[in-house]
Amino acid sequence: MQQRTIIEKVWDNHVVAERAGTPTLLYIDLHLVHEVTSPQAFSGLRERGIKVRRPDLTIGTTDHSIPTHDRSLPIVDKIAEAQITQFEKNCQDFGIPFYGPKNKNQGIVHVIGPEQGLTQPGMTVVCGDSHTATHGAFGALAFGIGTSQVEHVLATQCLLQSRSLTYEVRVEGTLRPGVGAKDVVLNLISRIGIGGGNGCVFEYTGSAIRALSMEERMTICNMSIEGGARAGLVAPDDTTYQYLAGRPAAPKGADWEKALSLWRKLPTDPGAQYDKTIHIDANTLEPMITFGTNPGMGIGITQMVPDPALIGDPVERDTLGKALKYMDLPAGKSLLGHPVNVVFIGSCTNSRISDLRAAAGVFKGRKVSPNVRVMVVPGSQLVKQQAQAEGLDRIFKDAGADWREAGCSMCIAMNGDQLAPGEYSVSTSNRNFEGRQGKGGRTFLASPLTAAATAVTGVVTDVRTLL
Amino acid sequence: MEKVTTFTSRLAPLAIDNIDTDQIIPARFLKTTSKIGLGDQLFFDWRYDAEGKPKADFLLNKPEGKAAQVLLAGDNFGCGSSREHAPWALTQYGFKAVISTSFADIFKGNSAKNSLLTITIPADAHKALFAALAANPAATVTVDLAQQKLTLPDGSAVTFPVDEFAKQCMLNGVDELGYILQQDDAIQAFEAKRTLSVNTAVAA
Repeated sequence: MQQRTIIEKVWDNHVVAERAGTPTLLYIDLHLVHEVTSPQAFSGLRERGIKVRRPDLTIGTTDHSIPTHDRSLPIVDKIAEAQITQFEKNCQDFGIPFYGPKNKNQGIVHVIGPEQGLTQPGMTVVCGDSHTATHGAFGALAFGIGTSQVEHVLATQCLLQSRSLTYEVRVEGTLRPGVGAKDVVLNLISRIGIGGGNGCVFEYTGSAIRALSMEERMTICNMSIEGGARAGLVAPDDTTYQYLAGRPAAPKGADWEKALSLWRKLPTDPGAQYDKTIHIDANTLEPMITFGTNPGMGIGITQMVPDPALIGDPVERDTLGKALKYMDLPAGKSLLGHPVNVVFIGSCTNSRISDLRAAAGVFKGRKVSPNVRVMVVPGSQLVKQQAQAEGLDRIFKDAGADWREAGCSMCIAMNGDQLAPGEYSVSTSNRNFEGRQGKGGRTFLASPLTAAATAVTGVVTDVRTLL
Repeated sequence: MEKVTTFTSRLAPLAIDNIDTDQIIPARFLKTTSKIGLGDQLFFDWRYDAEGKPKADFLLNKPEGKAAQVLLAGDNFGCGSSREHAPWALTQYGFKAVISTSFADIFKGNSAKNSLLTITIPADAHKALFAALAANPAATVTVDLAQQKLTLPDGSAVTFPVDEFAKQCMLNGVDELGYILQQDDAIQAFEAKRTLSVNTAVAA
């Protein structure tokens, strides 16, 4: 048989039907559903009188529009409350396991899947959310879908899909102190642009990727969509299996051994060809930060903001000029020392325990700058518990940061956690689009280390000066 | 789903690259449980000021923007989130097609499911189209999905790619789910030999 990449193997394992002139009918192993992109899909099922085919392969959680303050209080936003109530009813009516606001395992959909062992190597995973690629860290083919496709999967557990191109992102070398997974992926996107991976699935390979923990791999896979790729994955290895072993939904006993033997066949065959490849030298990376209004507008933290005047293509020049105007930043200057109003540590990109540990390491023994509001939002209730067991919450609170309940929070700013117009944030989230964190808000994307360093100084800071 | 037929329209030009779905419809409007009423929220933060008044200089508040059923945008239109609210907002506003040099994958797929054409044309034709509109804002194009043909203001035509299956769905006004539901035998056969099992209720 021809040598195949892991992307092709997972695809081939899920082909239900193939017919000329029609996209492949692909089976979905795990469907994650949340309150924001599913209501119209459930309405569609009701209109057609269709049941959910496989509620046992589906979970529902509330994360996007729920408040992150005290959960015993009522939800102030009545529209959000109605959406959450409707979602709970939808899960009940259709028999879908529901990880609701008061559940001890509630959290961001892309945090709880891996945490519970639901996400496993070789699976196909979908969710009405573009950051579904997070689950690719386990060697799963995981991608975001629209609400029509949410309805398709609820109804049939299948999707019509066309094969993507394969794109190898090879990261070799060793990351230096102060540089992490977030910096790797921001560097990738700054090089290929936010449409660079359109039509592709990334496979992240190389020694630097192998050396990463599962949580760091999730951070990288999570932002695949920011490079235009619907999915991005890392082939499973012992790091993957160690993370999974013993998790609630992971196979046990003889089933585990059987699963392991299948998972070990997934990695890309030696000599398999990719449609595209890019190489990144981990040794030369520095902490990254974005300056503009899309995640591809990123630079090393010691570099200068680019100058639109030096760009030839008029639309490209105007696009950069418009971004700098929105951000109210001068061209050709460094961001270091730029004041910020808010630091947000959280989101499906960087809200896991290792992210919180990294941030706490910087906060310990320091105080948040009096000019800065700092929100630390754990990705799930279990992450929250773990952080509290380790005393991280005390470090955050002693420093003057706000310690919140789990949810998407200020990453998407639809739950009341948001920037005021004109405010600047350093955010560990994944998008710096205009208004993403609140109308008129201005976002610098960076790692948890850079965010924490900025929180204690009040200005954009190179964390390496504090280590 | 609406049947797509051949039509001629003016164009609304938005010469910005990488227009993301947060601009097309900001996330705060996603708390709805309905698909209806999203046209008013299209490009909301570009279209209205802090008091909610229309910004006079924004395209959709000008006569040429209101008269168009085709949006002409910069590269990589529709990047960002998977929200299908983006094509819902565009179609409810009255757009039938978006022209660009490239589209984000999820947006393109979502659009096809809502009879919104995503027309990819070569960079030179794209540039020429912006120039033609600068010279004559009332210039029109004709969109023929069956022939996959876009007729430009100067009478020349370019062809554009469309997934064959999506094309048939749009021409006939039928959605994909009906087709997938007919594949039940194949789905059952696949499930019978599927070995992987996962218990999603384990911690609910």
